[in-house]
Amino acid sequence: MSNLSSSPVDSRDIVALEGVTKRFPGIVANDSIDLSIRPGEVHVLLGENGAGKSTLIGMLSGLQQPDEGRILVDGRPTPITSPRHALALGIGTVFQHMMLVPTLTVAENLLLGGSWWQRPRTDELEARVAEITGSLGITVKLHAKVSELSLGEQQQVEILRAMVRNSRLLILDESTSMLTPKGIEELGALMRRLVEQGLAIVFITHKLKEAAAFGDRISVLKLGRKVREIPPERFAALGEQEIISEIVELMFGKQKDDPEAVERPARAVDAQAAPLLQVAGLTVAPTDNAPGLSSISFDIRPGEILGIAGIDGNGQKQLAEALAGQRVATGGLVRLAGTAIEALSVGERRQRGLRYLTDDRLGEGTVGMFPVSINFFLKQVGAAPFWRSGVEQRAEIDRRAAELVREYDVRTPSLKTPVARLSGGNIQKVLLARELAEGAKVVIFNKPTYGLDLANTLASRQRIRDTAARGLAVLLISTDLEELLSMCDRIAVIANGSLVGTVANADDARTRVGRLMIGLAA
Amino acid sequence: MSIDTAPAAGATALDVTSAGATRRDVMHRLLMTLGPILAALVIAGCILLAVGVDPLAYYGYVLEKGLFSPLGIQQTLTRMAPLLFLAAGLIVAFRAGMWNLGGDGQFLLGAVTAAASAPVLVQVMPSWLALFCSFLIAMVVAMIWSLVPALLRAYQGVNEIITTLMMTFLGTSFANVLVKLVFRDPGTTVPQTRTLPVEDRLPRLFETTITSGLLLGLAAIIIVHLVMTRTAFGLKLRIVGANPRAAVHAGLGVPGLTIAVFAISAGLAGLAGAVDIIGVQGNVRADWNPAYGLAVIPAVFLARMNGFAAIGFVFLLSVLSIGGESAARRLGVPNHFTLVLVSIVLIVLALAEYVDHRYHQSRKA
Repeated sequence: MSNLSSSPVDSRDIVALEGVTKRFPGIVANDSIDLSIRPGEVHVLLGENGAGKSTLIGMLSGLQQPDEGRILVDGRPTPITSPRHALALGIGTVFQHMMLVPTLTVAENLLLGGSWWQRPRTDELEARVAEITGSLGITVKLHAKVSELSLGEQQQVEILRAMVRNSRLLILDESTSMLTPKGIEELGALMRRLVEQGLAIVFITHKLKEAAAFGDRISVLKLGRKVREIPPERFAALGEQEIISEIVELMFGKQKDDPEAVERPARAVDAQAAPLLQVAGLTVAPTDNAPGLSSISFDIRPGEILGIAGIDGNGQKQLAEALAGQRVATGGLVRLAGTAIEALSVGERRQRGLRYLTDDRLGEGTVGMFPVSINFFLKQVGAAPFWRSGVEQRAEIDRRAAELVREYDVRTPSLKTPVARLSGGNIQKVLLARELAEGAKVVIFNKPTYGLDLANTLASRQRIRDTAARGLAVLLISTDLEELLSMCDRIAVIANGSLVGTVANADDARTRVGRLMIGLAA
Repeated sequence: MSIDTAPAAGATALDVTSAGATRRDVMHRLLMTLGPILAALVIAGCILLAVGVDPLAYYGYVLEKGLFSPLGIQQTLTRMAPLLFLAAGLIVAFRAGMWNLGGDGQFLLGAVTAAASAPVLVQVMPSWLALFCSFLIAMVVAMIWSLVPALLRAYQGVNEIITTLMMTFLGTSFANVLVKLVFRDPGTTVPQTRTLPVEDRLPRLFETTITSGLLLGLAAIIIVHLVMTRTAFGLKLRIVGANPRAAVHAGLGVPGLTIAVFAISAGLAGLAGAVDIIGVQGNVRADWNPAYGLAVIPAVFLARMNGFAAIGFVFLLSVLSIGGESAARRLGVPNHFTLVLVSIVLIVLALAEYVDHRYHQSRKA
């Protein structure tokens, strides 16, 4: 962990984090993070989903408490105990999802949270709002219902709400994700005027261009760690393109003495062999909160590992689910060893050898309250020899489960332990054992090492390599470019639900994939 | 946490050494169940004092009339028959994470169709076959009644708590209409269905007044318990109940299982109605609604959806309701006080669980 870039606590900081660590079961969400937030600066927190941005914001806004380290407000260590406390300290947060009451007017929303025994002071509010909006050059319709406003206008109301409450630090969490390009530009201009008035802003995003365009200082987070900070001086010295390429290097680049770096063993994939998995024109309709897929096509041969790279949330999960049969595809062909399977159910696809190792281990991969032994067989309920004429054969289940526990080195106090009590790495071993057991032909791994510690990460990667070496076809979806480069034969890049290019994993693959990921041609 | 420290190879050995811990566990569970019940009795006693009734006299009377007098215990055991069927139906639904609160509507429709069909069928076929057919009809009618909430939940995700409650209002009214307009016995002045002759009803056990429906109810709840805990079908339902997304991921046909759960749950409620009519009542009077369905829900919760524990709690509920009915006549305490008592027990139990959980959390931290 490099502490080189972290600045010592400065008297100019209104809020500073010192070595803040937050753990969740199985995951270190924030690993000893230092951060200094100063008035008159837009501090960009940049990182992919799961990099730990939301957890950091949760702690700054009083929703969560750090496990280690401390938060300093005005130079004094101050535990932020609740959202109300955060507001009192002058920390206002505009969350990713709108937190206004749509059926109330703007004024009513701004007055929410006042003392219940007092009559709302509408006149006072109007004067205050006029003062703020005047200096910022925005107009807000105080008497319009929130539901009638556009998302951009709603966001202005949220910012205004923070200002009315005398916030000194404004946190904007993924605020651009729902805005139009014009709305994003306006937000950028508004942020600039706010910092000119002496406010501090923390701006969270995973979009590089916004970070470079709006930020004064950028902290890059990666897997819970702060990789580096780009201070304002450096910012001023570089052009936008240089900043972007520097960030790309930080986010996806190879770090020296990286223990995860393993030379990819040379393996020859038989180019003549018939593909085990063929996907042609796979299309999925977009939903309210997830992108669709447009015309995805690829082949995977026996023994081959095809990687899917891309910023998280660009359709990776949809692709995996559509292949596994969990999500309805609106079109396209999927062939497993030559037979069409696109019309089959989840169970039938599994029966034929298609395995999907989900990234959501507790949410859908396991039933947390059920014992470890049963979780090995969740996808085989009713199948012999573990069930005979529908009756559970407990001895048979326990015998096989004990075998799998040994074979996959699952560390569990007993077979009866509820699986949710295991660590993330051991839950992943349970899933690996379940999906790689007999009969697998094609295996989809979705972020197989996400949230795991180093030992488990390396073990999982070895399992995946072994899987391919056994002659299975492997689809490896990952947001960790390093992982893909160390394992895949070819890497396809997904963006906005379509594959924008496929690169053979040769020497220049790193740069070519990186360029594809930020929307440049390889 | 220390979970990672145990070597995997010793997993089975550890199971044996944890027997002592299991015994402590059972003691703890027993304490956590009986303690709150005692506390609830005290609280309910205070309420009785407030309305001017001697709580000890009330409890003593309830125990005497519901448990210790020969007639009382026979009535209690007879009352258990429909309650056990209802409890069995609720166990299936609750374990699968579906809140079938429409038990009363399903119960009454089952009762009315059984009451309408049995007297007719006994005239054309042997008595045992007639009763069997009536049971079957009652079950199917109740299943059909659950189809609307089942389909809405399975394919549209509509909250079944609302729909089953709405359907139970419709069901009780509809059952009433059927009694008054369609199945009304022309031979009587009060609106009721034709009465099934006593000799055609379910036989009584030995020389007592206890209905043999009790045995059917016990069989039903034990079968349900074994199916839920020991079979692939039961496991599938429990997966759907514990984590619906995992069920989809594992390739289970969730909509089909949902409909099956509603059908089984409602079918058992219909059988509860039939067993009460064919075993005990003989006919359905207009406006008859014992509201057993809602009364059984707390018992099933107290039993944590375990079939064997549910038998115990249903017995307790029967004692309370039979004894409470007698006490109501004698001491002037409203009949519904039984429900007040049961709900106080449930609330105190929930509080105890919460406190216990917090205690464990803080000890771990």
